[in-house]
Amino acid sequence: MDKNNLKSFKALSFLLAIIAMTLVGGTGIAEAGRKIVKIDGSSTVFPVTEAVAEEFQTAHRGTMVTIGVSGTGGGFKKFCRGDIDITNASRPIKPTEIAQCKKGNVQYIELPIAYDGLAIIVNKSNDWIDSITVKELKKIWEPAAQRKILKWNQIRPNWPDKAIHLFAPGVSSGTFDYFTKAINGEEGASRGDFTASEDDNVLVQGISSDKGGMGFFGLAYYEHNSDKLKLIPVDDEIDSNGKGPIAPTVASVNDGTYQPLSRPIFIYVDKAKVEARPELANFIQFFLDNTAALSEEVGYIPLPAAIHTLTVERFKARIEGTVYEGAKQDASVEDLMRLK
Amino acid sequence: MTRLERNKLADKLFKVVAICATAVALVFLAALVIDLIYDGAGRIDWSFITSFPSRRPARAGIIAAIAGTFWLMGLTALFAFPIGVGAGIYLEEYAKKNTFTKIIEVNIANLAGVPSIIYGLLGLGIFVRTFRLDQSLLTGALTLTLLILPIIIITTREALRAVPSGLRQASYALGASQWQTTYSQVLPVAMPGILTGTILALSRAIGETAPLVAIGALTYIAFLPESVMDPFTALPIQIFNWVSRPQKGFAINAAAAIIVLLCITLVLNSIAIYLRHRFKKRMRW
Repeated sequence: MDKNNLKSFKALSFLLAIIAMTLVGGTGIAEAGRKIVKIDGSSTVFPVTEAVAEEFQTAHRGTMVTIGVSGTGGGFKKFCRGDIDITNASRPIKPTEIAQCKKGNVQYIELPIAYDGLAIIVNKSNDWIDSITVKELKKIWEPAAQRKILKWNQIRPNWPDKAIHLFAPGVSSGTFDYFTKAINGEEGASRGDFTASEDDNVLVQGISSDKGGMGFFGLAYYEHNSDKLKLIPVDDEIDSNGKGPIAPTVASVNDGTYQPLSRPIFIYVDKAKVEARPELANFIQFFLDNTAALSEEVGYIPLPAAIHTLTVERFKARIEGTVYEGAKQDASVEDLMRLK
Repeated sequence: MTRLERNKLADKLFKVVAICATAVALVFLAALVIDLIYDGAGRIDWSFITSFPSRRPARAGIIAAIAGTFWLMGLTALFAFPIGVGAGIYLEEYAKKNTFTKIIEVNIANLAGVPSIIYGLLGLGIFVRTFRLDQSLLTGALTLTLLILPIIIITTREALRAVPSGLRQASYALGASQWQTTYSQVLPVAMPGILTGTILALSRAIGETAPLVAIGALTYIAFLPESVMDPFTALPIQIFNWVSRPQKGFAINAAAAIIVLLCITLVLNSIAIYLRHRFKKRMRW
C-alpha cells in the first residue's frame, strides 16, 4: 500500500469531520434576526404572489418572502396547522378545511385578489364549433357521460361524427374543483376518462396536436398560446348577465357576463399572525395596493373597483371567516362581501 | 458456407446489433442536448446565474436554486458518505454471514429500487413532522441521504469485495488488527470504487425533484441559505416551476437551467473519473 494514498485518504476523513463540526456549530445562529413571510398553496395563484413578493422585497429590504407550491388543498393543510402565514387558493375554503382550521385554532382573513377566467379550448383546425352552452358542457363532462359521450355529434347533431378527446387539469387542482362545481353542480363530480395533467402546458400540447381535442384551463395559458388554440365562447342561457355566447376577456370577466366560468382567486391570511407581526400586515397591505397592476401583468384579470374596495376594507377591519360558508353556488363575490 | 464463415458472420451481426444499441441511446441523448442548447444556450449569462427568480422571464435567474443545490449536495455527501461506507464495511468485513445479514442484504438491494417519491413521503413524515425540521436544507439533505444510502452501501461492498484477500492476509500476518487492516490497507485500495459510486449516487440525487416536492421545498425564495435550518429551493424545482408557466420566456429559462444542471452533473462525474484515475495510479503492490 502506497503511503501517499493513505495520507490523502486520512486527509479526506479529516476534512469531512471539520465540515461536519462547522455545520453543527453554525446551526441555530441564523434565523433569529430574520423576518420571513411564509406563503404556500395554489400554483394558479403563484404567479401573482411571486410578482408581489418580488416588488415587496425591492421596496422593503429586511423582510423575506418565501413561496411554496403545494396546491390549494395542500396549502390549506399547512395553513390550518399554523405552519405558514398566508395560503394561496384558487377556490374558496371548503367546509372540511374550515373544520381543520378550527381544530388548529387558526383564524383567517379571506381576501379575493384577482379574477381568473377558465377558457374552453379546442384545436385550431376545429371548424365546426363556434360556441357552446353550459348545458352542453355538462353533457360532456358529467359523471354519466363516462364512456358514453365519445363523439362530437352526440352533443350537437350537426357536429361531425368524430371522436372527442378531453383534456383537463388534475383532480387535485383548484381549477378542476371550480369547473366541476360550476358546470356539473358538484365539486369533483366528473367523468374520469379524460387526459389529466397538473401541468397546463401539457394540456396545451395535447389539444393543439389533436383535431378532436377539447379541454379547459386558465385564460393565461390560452393567451400565450393563441396561435395554436381556438377559444370557445360560452353561453349560460341566462340573459340577465349577457345574451348569447360570451368569450372570456378582461371586460367580460370583469363585468360578470362571462359566467359561470370566471372565478375569483384568493389569499387567506392568518389573523393572529397579522396582528402580532407588523411586517406581515405591511406585506398584505402592499399586496392589496399592487394586486391590480401585478395580476394583470402576469395574465389575470384585476378585480372590479367595487370588490377591491370591499377587500381593502375587509382587511382593514380584520374581518375573519369566509363569505362562502353556506353561500349559494351562483352568488357573486361582490354580493357575498356586501352581505357580511 | 463453412462453420467458420457462419461464425464470422454471426460475429459481425452481433457487432452491428451492439453498435445500434449504443447509437439509440446516444441519438436520444444528442437530440435532447441539441434541443436544449438550441432553446436555452443563448439565455445563459452571468446575470441569469446570479439573479433571483422573477415574474419577468428575462430578469429571472437561478442563484437561489444553484445555492440550494450546492448546499444539498454538500450536506447529503456529508451524511451519506460516512453512514453508507460504514454500513458497507460492517456488512462486508465484520458481519457474520447468516440469515439475518442475508435479509439485510436483500432489503438494501430492494431499497435501491424504491421510487424516489416514497423517500420524499418518508422524509415528510419523519424529518418535517416528527423531528420538526420544517422545509429546511437539513430535511432535504437527510431525505436525499436516505435515497442514495442503499446505492452507496452496495457500491462500497462491491469495492471492498474487489480488494484481493491476499492483502488482508498479509496485513494480519504482520500482526495488524482487523480495524488496522481495514482502515490502513483495505479501505484506501477500495477508495476509488467507493468514491466513484458515491459521486454517481450524488449526481443522481441532485437531479431528483419528486422527494423535494414531497417534503415541500420552496418554489420562490429571494435570499440565500445561511444555515442548515434555512428554507431552500433547488434547480429541479425551479425547472419544474418554469416548465409549467404559460409564458414562452419561462420555457427558455427552463432549458437554460437544465443546461446548468447538466453541466453540474457533468463536472461531478468528471471528478469521479479523475479521483478513480488518481487513486488507481498510486496503487502499487
